[in-house]
Amino acid sequence: MDKAIVVNNLTKRFGNFTAVDNISFEVEKGEVFGFLGANGAGKTTAMRMLCGLVKPTLGEATVAGFDIRRQSEKIKKNIGYMSQKFALYEDLKVWENIKLFAGIYGIKRKEIIPKTNELLAELGFESERNTYVKELPLGWRQKLAFSVAIFHEPKVLFLDEPTGGVDPITRRQFWEMIAQTAERGITVFVTTHYMDEAEYCNRVSIMVDGKIEALDTPRALKERFNSNSIDDIFYQLARKAQRQAD
Amino acid sequence: MKKLFPFIKKEFLHVLRDTWTMMIILVLPVVMMLLFGYAVTNEIRDTNIGVLDLSKDNISASIIERVQQSEYFTLKHNYNSYHEIEPSFRKSEVGLVVVFDEDFSNNLLHKGKAELQIVADATDPNTAKTLVNYISSIAAQSLMELNKNNPKPMQITPELKLLYNPLMKSSYNFVPAVMGFIVILICTMMTSITIVREKERGTIEMLLVSPTKPIMIIISKLSPFFVVSIINIITIFLVSYFIMNVPVLGNIFVIGGVSLIFLLVALSLGLLFSTIAHSQLEALLYSGMIFLMPTTLLSGMLFPIESMPLFLQAIAQAMPAKWFIDAMRKLMIMGVDAKYVLKEVLVLTFMAITFMTISLKLFKKRL
Repeated sequence: MDKAIVVNNLTKRFGNFTAVDNISFEVEKGEVFGFLGANGAGKTTAMRMLCGLVKPTLGEATVAGFDIRRQSEKIKKNIGYMSQKFALYEDLKVWENIKLFAGIYGIKRKEIIPKTNELLAELGFESERNTYVKELPLGWRQKLAFSVAIFHEPKVLFLDEPTGGVDPITRRQFWEMIAQTAERGITVFVTTHYMDEAEYCNRVSIMVDGKIEALDTPRALKERFNSNSIDDIFYQLARKAQRQAD
Repeated sequence: MKKLFPFIKKEFLHVLRDTWTMMIILVLPVVMMLLFGYAVTNEIRDTNIGVLDLSKDNISASIIERVQQSEYFTLKHNYNSYHEIEPSFRKSEVGLVVVFDEDFSNNLLHKGKAELQIVADATDPNTAKTLVNYISSIAAQSLMELNKNNPKPMQITPELKLLYNPLMKSSYNFVPAVMGFIVILICTMMTSITIVREKERGTIEMLLVSPTKPIMIIISKLSPFFVVSIINIITIFLVSYFIMNVPVLGNIFVIGGVSLIFLLVALSLGLLFSTIAHSQLEALLYSGMIFLMPTTLLSGMLFPIESMPLFLQAIAQAMPAKWFIDAMRKLMIMGVDAKYVLKEVLVLTFMAITFMTISLKLFKKRL
């Protein structure tokens, strides 16, 4: 199994509205895959289907080798998830958050303590062990949330706009963390609104009105569209959208 | 089960660390008990009254003495004629006047029957009615003593018979009502708000993409409020029994059992509102305005259902708290056997099963 994600003709309709319209793509193991699209383009719905939260109307897909229709429980055990909205439980302390999610993913108690220490040391957060998450600056929270999302060694990591509202320095550090994660063989599936971040991805796809309009390495895309920035390509494609962003 | 534990612990931490929640949970029941018990009471104390005693004999004197002794009345005026009564009312000197006519004792002794005239300020009809009832029952008590040594029983009209709550102490009645209110407030309102809070902040997504089963999320979400409500019910019991001296006549296990069923109804309603609402404000609106308010007004907590218009009576039947309060009043104050609350228990059980099924289905579907 070298493909982390395989998507074949995936469609999701809500009544008359086709949120995701017949998309197909594959993501290699250990790849950083950028999933771009304007608000309302269908990114979130596609991601929710891959996480096993929503059943597709048509088509198939596998994540980490498991079928999204029939094996959503197995998928949930093998993925990590982090979103911009989610910055851990604010009224829990740093170590309580780590312990909670470790417990949810069934990590054994005696493994949790050394792994927690290791994680805090890596982030340089040792002194913040007993701090409430609400007292941490946003950038720190996002880094911590990221570490918690990969705490259980998932095969695929889904990041939903992970750097929203974070300062440029932290964003940079964040992408370093993503690169290190990919080097460990964890596939990273990431959505973002920052087009400069697309440059850090191995490949990017651009979604417009529920369809994937472009999918390639950043360099190949730039050659094909004869442009020198992903931002420009995104603008060319997204401008054609018929749908209103929500 | 092993995975359930970290979840439950998390939910308890959320509740314990939220100062406002803790305040509502711990302080509110006691405050409400004290408010209802001492301030917002239907009981009337120290009402100024006047007496016009034209009979002037032992019997009238003994009744007047008794009235004076009671904690409800203070004798302010002794009139000599009917003409003095109205001006006294106008000056708000008295709230009630008792009149013994000239033949009062005579009628009582010879006909075995006499009329006691009670004049009350009916600007506030409820108060007036309560006062009249107090006087009547005091007069009846005096008479009972007289009758002890009298082979021919005597009677004063209007005859009034008050069951279970002879002096109409309101504290007896409001205890079940406060229990009902607190359970609805904490189980329904707080539950719906905390679940929606997690939806609003997006943290619930994280739980949903984890291998956790929705049912585990639900159980852990409900558990702190379940425990807290049990503690509250016990607190209310202790306060009412030891501080307010409300008798608890019924079987304590039956009372506990009925409370548990009602807790489940309230929790499942909280779950239901949380699946419908998208924001904490909306959840507050549903559970507070649309549910808690009619519950307070229509479940017989404050106003008797019997005196409502028919269509409101019909709505009252749909209020879970109505059935709980009915059952509790019967069990605690009347001290009846479990079989007399069978109807209430069945209705509550039916509600618990229905709401739980609907909300579990909706909860899974919506997320």
